[in-house]
Amino acid sequence: MKEFQYTVKDACGIHARPAGLLVKVVKGFSSTATLEKNGKTCDLRKLMALMGMGVKQGETVTIKVEGEDEDAAAEAIQKFLIENV
Amino acid sequence: MQVGTGKSILNGIAIGKLKLYKKKDTVISTADAADPAAEEARFEAARAKAIDQQTALYEKALDEAGEDIAEVFNIHAMMLDDDDFVDTIKEIINGQHKCAEYAVKTAGDNQAAVFAAMDDPYLQARSADVIDIAQAMLDILQGVDNASLQGTEPSILVAEDLAPSETVRMDKSLLLGFITREGSSNSHTAILARSMNIPALIQCKEIQDDWDGKMAVVDGYNACVYVDPTPDLLESLTKRQQEDQKKQALLSELKGKPNTTLDGKTINVFANIGGMGDVGAVQQNDAGGVGLFRTEFVYLNCKDFPTEDYQFEAYKQVLESLAPKKVVVRTCDIGADKTVDYMKLDHEDNPALGYRAIRICLTRRDFFKTQLRALLRASAYGNMSIMFPMITSLRELQDAKAILEECKQELTAEGKKFSDNIEVGTMIETPAAVLIADDLAAECDFFSIGTNDLTQYTCALDRQNAKLEPFFDPHHPAVLKAIQMTIEAGHRHGIWVGICGELGADTALTETFLRMGVDELSMNAKSILPVRKIIRSVNLSKPSTKNV
Repeated sequence: MKEFQYTVKDACGIHARPAGLLVKVVKGFSSTATLEKNGKTCDLRKLMALMGMGVKQGETVTIKVEGEDEDAAAEAIQKFLIENV
Repeated sequence: MQVGTGKSILNGIAIGKLKLYKKKDTVISTADAADPAAEEARFEAARAKAIDQQTALYEKALDEAGEDIAEVFNIHAMMLDDDDFVDTIKEIINGQHKCAEYAVKTAGDNQAAVFAAMDDPYLQARSADVIDIAQAMLDILQGVDNASLQGTEPSILVAEDLAPSETVRMDKSLLLGFITREGSSNSHTAILARSMNIPALIQCKEIQDDWDGKMAVVDGYNACVYVDPTPDLLESLTKRQQEDQKKQALLSELKGKPNTTLDGKTINVFANIGGMGDVGAVQQNDAGGVGLFRTEFVYLNCKDFPTEDYQFEAYKQVLESLAPKKVVVRTCDIGADKTVDYMKLDHEDNPALGYRAIRICLTRRDFFKTQLRALLRASAYGNMSIMFPMITSLRELQDAKAILEECKQELTAEGKKFSDNIEVGTMIETPAAVLIADDLAAECDFFSIGTNDLTQYTCALDRQNAKLEPFFDPHHPAVLKAIQMTIEAGHRHGIWVGICGELGADTALTETFLRMGVDELSMNAKSILPVRKIIRSVNLSKPSTKNV
């Protein structure tokens, strides 16, 4: 399993648009990926659940990726977060 | 006449007949469905069709409103593909044996309620998106087509609420504006209306069924609607609308286009601002930057000397909002017609020739340093240039620069950051400055010509005195010659020269200034588009057809 933390920089947080794009990124891999914030966890393949996490600017989230292609998936997710939120 | 009020989501005016946009009430059966497998198949078919619809709406929105907002419909399509959402609906069909309509409506309402209960206003507004996709599936399941509700004549629609997909689906050529009883300014519907430039009023509680077919004006500037407006009101708002349309047409023609003459010379067209309140107009009029940021507001807004931190925050806000655009800041120009009590300035018989601007700053060094330190600290947050007003001698410019240098050293010693790339300029607004422009040019990075003062000092004409009106010639050849001399002197020393007084906005002189070789024109925001239009139509390689 791969795990890393990320602090959101975008003023709008992980709002609908980046959430939608992030789900697309995750769906490109076979690994499962979750996002955790303040003890709550959501599946990164589920858009509404991710939006429902309400991740805001300055908040730190923990991403966990597990599966056959976890290395590539974790790298792609991290790259997406850095470039978009 | 009736007046309705609400929240405006676009500063614009719509005039036309009201049309009630009323969706038919549909009945959803709560009875048990006989064949869950058939219901699930109906749901899947509706879901697939709804995804196709949202994809088509994405294309339409991309065309009419731009990519950012169009993305909403991609998100709708993804929501329709959301595993949790789909599973919930199937669960209701198979577990509770309900029809597809009931399952979609229930799952949609529940998910919308989850968003509506969140503490973030942005996420609250997402509940409208969930309702939108659920409604899209319901309409498909029930064979409802709302397209005809818009009618065939141009009109202002009156609705309880409008979903983003309904808004995009409308025929824009018939949609003059809309009024809704519900809605939020964070909703995608509101964002769509803004990017499609449709005046709209939301949260208007006065909406009545008998408004249907009546004449009305939506006044976005004042967040209200006039139903059956009086002839006078109709006339004045029609005029306002025409001005808006003219500006809008210019804007769409010029937005993002360079200010380049037909023969290839490009100059900067900047805005004059007096504080944060003008920043919106800079952007709306597509100004390339700010050529004159008057800082008097920080003094006029205070009852005592504004502190460095207070000034820093005020300047930083403007710089940050406009970054990376250039912002030319004019240091304190208090005195003459702009005074504040706490400075305890003596009454003067001849204030225009008196103790003002740089003269105050150079004699009250601490006062001046407070501003310069605040400006330097703010410079780290954007693209700042600094210029000094009312310069009449080389010594004044050198002294002002020395004080600026002193402030930089202090800040460096204190470990406070500031930009290392700040241009320093001289305002040319006295005949003395024009005549020694060569000397001044050797000591600074740019000139900005303040034509209001330059005119009054060159022609010895008090601009506050109404009796002198017959003697006032805004295009006096002496003033134009002074401008020409200044530009030439600046260019001899390789520095850029701009004009930031009222003449900068004078379209009768735009070509003249271009021929003189001006590098920048700065003006009130509303003059920017007309001036840019002229610049793009001038050919400097051909002889002028003008007399001046």
